[in-house]
Amino acid sequence: MLSGAPQYLVSGLTQGAAYGLIGLGFTMIFNTTGIINFAQGEFVMLGGMLAVAFLGLGLPLPLAVAAACLATAVVGALMERLAIRPLAGAPAINAVIITIGISILLRGGAMLVFGKDTLALPAFSGVAPILAMGAAIQPQSIWVLAVTLALLAALKLFFSATIQGKAMLACSCQKKAASLVGISVARMALLSFSLSGLIGAVAGAILAPITMTAYDVGTMLGLKGFAACILGGLGNPFGAAAGGLVLGVLESFGAGYVASGYKDAFAFVVLLLLLFVKPSGLFGKAGVERV
Amino acid sequence: MAIDAAAPLLDVSGATVRFGGIHALTDADFAIAKGSVTALIGPNGAGKTTMLNAITGMVAISDGEIRLDGTDIAGLAPHKRAAAGVVRTFQNLEVFTSMSVLENVMAGRHALTRYTVAASLLRTPGFRRAERQCRERALDCLEFVGLADDRDAPAGDLPYGRQRLLEMARALAADPKLLLLDEPAAGLNSKETARLGDLITAVRDKRGVTVGLVEHDMDLVMNVSDHITVLHFGHPLAAGAPDQIQANPEVVKAYLGEDE
Amino acid sequence: MKRFLPGQHAARSALFLALLLAAPYALPNEYYLSICILACLNAVVAVGLNLLMGYAGQISLGHAAFYGIGAYATAICTTRLGLPIPVGMAAGVSLAAVVAWIVAAPTLKLKGHYLAMATLGFGIIVSIVFNEAVDLTGGPSGYVGIPRLALSGYAFDTDHAYYNLMAVVLALVVLGSLNLMKSRTGRALRALHVSEKAAASLGVDIAAHKRFVFVLSAALAGLAGVLYAHYLSFIAPASFGFAYSVQVVVMVVLGGMASVWGSVAGAFFLTALPEALREFEDIDILVYGAILVGAIMFVPDGLAGGLGRLARKLRRAGAAHGN
Repeated sequence: MLSGAPQYLVSGLTQGAAYGLIGLGFTMIFNTTGIINFAQGEFVMLGGMLAVAFLGLGLPLPLAVAAACLATAVVGALMERLAIRPLAGAPAINAVIITIGISILLRGGAMLVFGKDTLALPAFSGVAPILAMGAAIQPQSIWVLAVTLALLAALKLFFSATIQGKAMLACSCQKKAASLVGISVARMALLSFSLSGLIGAVAGAILAPITMTAYDVGTMLGLKGFAACILGGLGNPFGAAAGGLVLGVLESFGAGYVASGYKDAFAFVVLLLLLFVKPSGLFGKAGVERV
Repeated sequence: MAIDAAAPLLDVSGATVRFGGIHALTDADFAIAKGSVTALIGPNGAGKTTMLNAITGMVAISDGEIRLDGTDIAGLAPHKRAAAGVVRTFQNLEVFTSMSVLENVMAGRHALTRYTVAASLLRTPGFRRAERQCRERALDCLEFVGLADDRDAPAGDLPYGRQRLLEMARALAADPKLLLLDEPAAGLNSKETARLGDLITAVRDKRGVTVGLVEHDMDLVMNVSDHITVLHFGHPLAAGAPDQIQANPEVVKAYLGEDE
Repeated sequence: MKRFLPGQHAARSALFLALLLAAPYALPNEYYLSICILACLNAVVAVGLNLLMGYAGQISLGHAAFYGIGAYATAICTTRLGLPIPVGMAAGVSLAAVVAWIVAAPTLKLKGHYLAMATLGFGIIVSIVFNEAVDLTGGPSGYVGIPRLALSGYAFDTDHAYYNLMAVVLALVVLGSLNLMKSRTGRALRALHVSEKAAASLGVDIAAHKRFVFVLSAALAGLAGVLYAHYLSFIAPASFGFAYSVQVVVMVVLGGMASVWGSVAGAFFLTALPEALREFEDIDILVYGAILVGAIMFVPDGLAGGLGRLARKLRRAGAAHGN
């Protein structure tokens, strides 16, 4: 019965790492601007799709991926500048709608440029599976986990050691106070959108060799990333990463042991149960706004 | 109006409220006599707003009793306490800014305006009558506080002082037995405060509503109160008539601190 | 704020109904009737959702679930269970309401993003069930053979007849909503939107009111669902997914929160828009997104709010001119 367990664990962690990165992107923007960016999933889609595109233009794989991630970071920055910043005083729901509108735009644009086909990005270092601990581990899975860990470590360093990082944290705690001490909240918002674009694209690029990519993969990935972020406690960046891993593993085991058709539902069932019991998430502070 | 000393309208005995490690109220007694204006004063952090929150059900007491007209209300949900006869205003204005001034006050009569959803859908005669009465009573409250001319203005557009009056009118519209005012003079200038004092006295005398008052403005407190309770670190320090309280050395020490 | 005259709602709804009934005669061909029917269906859902979002200040990103529950319930009742259509319809609306009642208790304790996420998750779970429970719902390929609506012998077998029915239903929903919002219930909902503690202090049972408006909005979505099923005779899970939930939210926001007429306008506009963009073929999604972003940026309080502001400006200009 437990024969599949190691395999499910590996694929769960792989997928979960990606969810974690997506959740991290959500959290970063939320912390700095208070907005939930429903276009986050499209950043992920762009990462994979643009990497395929740049590869097709002749760039070697590592450069194609890097270029895709940088390009998506620029998309994030443009989004903040052109659509989010002008909205400064409007009610929160308007920002949600704008991000939804932008996600539609990005999806429509991708469909126009790349068509509706599913595209494949080659694995970073071959496809020969590594047999270990009763599971066949794709090398790409190792890439996913390694890149995720590296990115998390880099972010931790960024937040604790650089002035920009600390400024972003300040914004997330207390925006008004942050601006009073001279931190440009607007610039932090721009930075957070760019970084989220980058992180989302990385998630998309490292996942694309495993799950393929298409113009519409962004929606479900974005939603699950959002779920990861809530699971880990909204506002807690590393909680989001952990939430993603938990989500991925639960989903994988659920699909394996229960019913694969309901796999997508699994994540949300877990989420709902958690919200009903502890809305502040696994790692969030209790005492979130409840009646 | 004679103060009925025998049976307090509001009788809080032994109330204890804890927030984690902080003891906001410790074995606190507080009584408001029917037909009086009773003030609750004390330095910042003494537990005055916590006491109000406990009486209105926004905070739970871990020990003690709260009786209104003899009935224990400590177990009632906040929205049921309004029906029981306790209504309050808020330190930070909680005016319904999306509605007009009149609609705010009509909302105050929510518990007293009774008709079914079906009646409101079909606009039955019963509904029309109830709405008309609600509107008339609301206008009456607005006139009482002096806001009748502003009735159709969006509530959020009113200047601060008038919004405070609106909150009072809205609370009065609920026909309370006990009206609790949480720092009603905060942010008012001296002219507005004087008018507030007159209004509080009028509430007691002309509308027969008992008033509980949490306030920092000592002139106002001394002018309108029949009775004052002093709270200090969550526990009553003294209680009595205004001149007694003013002369009480413990009270003076609590407010002004130890002499250096 | 303008003075409100008694009978105003009924008069306006009647005028609205008259306009709706007259509209088909201005349309070039029958095809547009089906768009109009869909617009009316969407308007019913949007008005219901606006009661929840605009007036009561809650949010639901999963309302498509109730639309679908209504549709599938009546489909199953009237085909597999062989029940008469009115029974199926009642079942659809009731089931949507009951599910909402059950979900409301734990969900409405949440606020803001957490509430959004819970409703979103609920909507997705339900849409996945629609897809996966093949024996019950027919799965992704959909459910066929739903009978066209027929009530007490009269069959609504032409699009024109169905449209007339939808117009009446929509007008009644609008009238009911307007009446409800201008009553103690409406005041209570708008009050709890701004300040739950003040509303509670005045006797409003917050939890009960939130649950009531949630169930009501779900029932309205369920009503639209049953009418949708008996119109198209075929339903598929794709119509009841996250995309539709988002569409309805956009209709509400674009139309103007806390404005019943705004939701109708938003629904009509956003139902017609994809049709109008059809000629743009590949870039239709792009243009749709662009219009959405543009509309929210330039008219943040929606069509109703924007028109309201325009009307006030014109009135002031008129008054100044008159002096």
